[in-house]
Amino acid sequence: MDFNYSEEQVLLRESIGKFLQKNYSFEQRRAIIQGREGMNAAVWDGFASMGLHGIPVPEEFGGFGGSGLDVMLVMEAFGRALVVEPYLSSTIMAGYTIALGGSDAQRSILLPRIADGSMKFAFGHGEPGTRYELNQVATTARQENGMWVINGAKSVMMHGGLADLLIVSARTSGEVDSPGGISLFFVNPAESGVTGREYPTYDGMRAAEVGFDNVTISPESIIGVLDDGYALLEAVTDRGIAAVCAEAVGCMDALKDATLDYLKTRQQFGMPIGKFQALQHRLVDMLIQTEQARSMAMLAAVKVDAPDTTERRRCLAAAKELVGRAGRFVGQQAIQLHGGMGMTDELAVGHYVKRLAAIETMFGDGDLQVDRFTSSQVEVAETPLRKPARKWKNLV
Amino acid sequence: MDLNYSPQELAFRDEVRSFVRSRLPHEISRKVLEHKRLGRDDYLVWQKLLHAQGWMAPNWPAQYGGAAWTAVQQHIFDEECAEAGAPRIIPFGVNMVGPVIIAFGSAWQKQHYLPRILSSEDWWCQGYSEPGAGSDLASLKTRAERRGEHYVVNGQKTWTTLAQHADMIFCLVRTASTGKRQEGISFLLVDMRTPGVNVRPIITLDGEHEVNEVWFEDVEVPVENLVGEEGRGWTYAKFLLAHERSGIAGVGASKRELRMLKYIASQEKRSGRPLIEDVRFRDRIARVEIDLMALEITNLRMLAAEREGRAPGAEVSMLKIRGTDIQQTLTELMMDAVGPYALPHLPDAWGDHWLGEHVGPEYAAPLAARYFNHRKVSIYGGSNEIQRNIVAQHILGL
Repeated sequence: MDFNYSEEQVLLRESIGKFLQKNYSFEQRRAIIQGREGMNAAVWDGFASMGLHGIPVPEEFGGFGGSGLDVMLVMEAFGRALVVEPYLSSTIMAGYTIALGGSDAQRSILLPRIADGSMKFAFGHGEPGTRYELNQVATTARQENGMWVINGAKSVMMHGGLADLLIVSARTSGEVDSPGGISLFFVNPAESGVTGREYPTYDGMRAAEVGFDNVTISPESIIGVLDDGYALLEAVTDRGIAAVCAEAVGCMDALKDATLDYLKTRQQFGMPIGKFQALQHRLVDMLIQTEQARSMAMLAAVKVDAPDTTERRRCLAAAKELVGRAGRFVGQQAIQLHGGMGMTDELAVGHYVKRLAAIETMFGDGDLQVDRFTSSQVEVAETPLRKPARKWKNLV
Repeated sequence: MDLNYSPQELAFRDEVRSFVRSRLPHEISRKVLEHKRLGRDDYLVWQKLLHAQGWMAPNWPAQYGGAAWTAVQQHIFDEECAEAGAPRIIPFGVNMVGPVIIAFGSAWQKQHYLPRILSSEDWWCQGYSEPGAGSDLASLKTRAERRGEHYVVNGQKTWTTLAQHADMIFCLVRTASTGKRQEGISFLLVDMRTPGVNVRPIITLDGEHEVNEVWFEDVEVPVENLVGEEGRGWTYAKFLLAHERSGIAGVGASKRELRMLKYIASQEKRSGRPLIEDVRFRDRIARVEIDLMALEITNLRMLAAEREGRAPGAEVSMLKIRGTDIQQTLTELMMDAVGPYALPHLPDAWGDHWLGEHVGPEYAAPLAARYFNHRKVSIYGGSNEIQRNIVAQHILGL
């Protein structure tokens, strides 16, 4: 049992912290969000030079084959700084899709470009009319003259507008809600028939609605095994879940610190408001929820690498459910304890709260995670009780 | 980072597990698992088995007959015992007064009391709370006046758990009423058989007799029963609190109760299907199970920190708050699971030697009483509001 980062990981965390302190103040972030691109290329390259894009990439392809814990420490720091660059969509989601499911050719061509940050990806799975279900895919891919032809639409594709290459789930056989018959494809957004509409999201990021109208792509565009993309989709989604759990912990830590600071400095009735028990207890509950969330983010970071998929699914679902719930609680309390100031755009508080709200629904809200959790129960209800006898008798 | 126990710790767990499996009497574990009432002897039988194994005092130094386990080993031991349905070890002797005597007691006190705690010859209870001193413990009024070789004690303690079985009580008493209130408090060991000590039962809302009032009327206590120095009782009490933390999160017991909840929910029906398949009920179970998973890791994180030499302080309060919330939720869910069969109130049905017929399923009989009884857990041992004050003060610096 050891809950500490390794020495190397501590050093990495320190250098990320320093980098973000210098390049990612709240004002610098605001400028990035208001810019045309919605991201900062120099910051993105800075991540590359620290090796952050190389975490999901095996060493042979220019990365360092990091673990779930490496992702955790990066995402925690990104949560604290509210980083809006497409690290989750591109480096994590696409990086792991290619590393786990890509062909040799795809891996050798694309993984080095993930690792050096020279290509950006977006991951498109959700569709209009679905929520977060992984098995619901109406977008189709059919074979025609040796090519794949894609038709359909993907909704709220994070960072879809700035991707060089999209990863898209499509149905290659089976019913619209069948886990079998789903395949993953690379689609070049410049391909004819791809339409897109980019828009900002409330958490300072960008997303896009992307349509596919008879988009014809090469046979090498398929990722992994035909009809068998569901397992890969779920594995990559779990990578995403582990990442956002850690990011949420970073957000919660920042909110807890900001709120504590506010309670110590804000004066009312001639004393700091932190002297009032009603407010103290709210902050204590924020702290408890944050620690519970941290525990689950750790569990997620460790179990995401687990070979047993049932165990992985169960733990990742549990982590996401608890972190989502904790994040909502901590966010709401932080605004309440900041009073009117918590309502302003000027303070960072609201921005953390918005990111936490986005994370809560991303990859499936609490209800969906409870479904996943209960459907992956391994233990059977056992008891040493005798079989209960149902006896009816009038009470005298 | 590694969330698993070390090979040595796993070996220790196996050793504890096989001991508990082979030695814990089935009729006792059955009572615990089925929420039946435990009698004095049930506790004593188990404690004597542990004593024979040398495991009665996990946290005492070896020189006093303790097992001298690490915090992680103690945790493993607590978990294994709780999950298997062992009765809890009555904490007042071995976990509370024992460490105080070891740290501050006289040579005579150590020699006399420690072996009797280990062998369960003395059953201890705790004389802290008073009618006018609950959360504000330092306002206690029970007086001890020095008269020659005795203290003469007058006053009243309350909420004294299982005092009806006790041979000894350790008390916080007022030996001075001048100066700072905390400085006038002393730590006194009183024989329950001394003339003038009277125990009166308090029946709680579940109909059970678990707590008592203990009255002192001109009770003569030999001065050698004063622990440490007069006026230093508050310091010893705070020291004791730091030793009370073992197992405070109750993860092992909650895992056991979660299994029982799932079992009950798999037996009960809703619309002809097992209740556990009902989405609403299933979700309530899932959410408390997830909370418990998180608490288990939080608990292990704190143990690991302790092993690295960071003494646990106010973090323990967080474990108490979350742990008791979860315990209460589990009792609620079990009661809700049996629906109308929670209502029949036949207290004998969860006692020894009940030969009557149960109304509804046997497991339903004690569930409502258990739910009502467990409202206590967020009150005792420092209410959860007091725990929040502690965290606010000592972790947050408010």
